[in-house]
Amino acid sequence: MSETLNEETLNLEALRKKDKRAFAQLVDQNSDHIYRLALRLTGNSQDAEDVVQETFIKAFNNVESFEGRSKVSTWLYRIATNEALMLLRRRKDGITPIDEGVETDEGEIMPIQIVDWCCLPEKEIMTEETRQVLQEAALQLSSANRAAFLLRDVEGLSTQEAAEALDISESALKVRLMRARLQLREALSDYFANRMAKEGL
Amino acid sequence: MNHHHGLECQDLLNNISAYIDGELDDELCGKIEAHIESCPNCKVVINTLKRTIQLYQEDGESETFPLDARHRLFTALDLDEDLDLSD
Ligand SMILES: [Zn+2]
Repeated sequence: MSETLNEETLNLEALRKKDKRAFAQLVDQNSDHIYRLALRLTGNSQDAEDVVQETFIKAFNNVESFEGRSKVSTWLYRIATNEALMLLRRRKDGITPIDEGVETDEGEIMPIQIVDWCCLPEKEIMTEETRQVLQEAALQLSSANRAAFLLRDVEGLSTQEAAEALDISESALKVRLMRARLQLREALSDYFANRMAKEGL
Repeated sequence: MNHHHGLECQDLLNNISAYIDGELDDELCGKIEAHIESCPNCKVVINTLKRTIQLYQEDGESETFPLDARHRLFTALDLDEDLDLSD
């Protein structure tokens, strides 16, 4: 699923020795993915650039501590996610509900909007407006749930890798992922229900 | 929503994420599929959930790390920007 990994071409030994060529390669192979993750986590391109910057500087300074038990990309995702979440926490600018608390109350999300918009013509589904609705809905998720969703469903990490990147258990990861997915579904279904009613689609 | 087939809508919802990821054992998976057959609401929820994820995935391979930001990063790390990294 993930195209991030060119692990075989990365020379861990060279990285640990802070070989500049190896590090330049690490940056170029992973920076687009880290940037997109940061962009979707923070919702802001300047912040995303800062996150990428901090991620690779930290990676460079701490590469000796990378033990190679996980993939290099998982390690980078972990640093980047931490940076982005810290930035959001520092900012507390209200765009993102900060909900890092313990996950409780399993079935608390009840789907409310039951409208079958899947059968709409393709050109009615993926419009610019739909894109915007989706992006905004994603920014309405708690940052913790959003991170779980982005790592699993967008970056294509396995449950184990995503849990590792977020430093949570696999079961906690699954709960966050489910909440994120259902909340996005709800937002998109609200939107399509409105459009179908208004435009008679 | 309905209450037949030994599995209720809420049971389905509790497992919906694992279901669409194909992580459930055959028995539970079978029960869910039987439930969907007779519960149009759950069917809609599952289909729209899958489609939502798909749509989000489709929308987002376009951005790349900007070149000026790459330049700043390479400078900060004292890396050589002119290395030919293409294979
Ligand atoms: Zn049902």
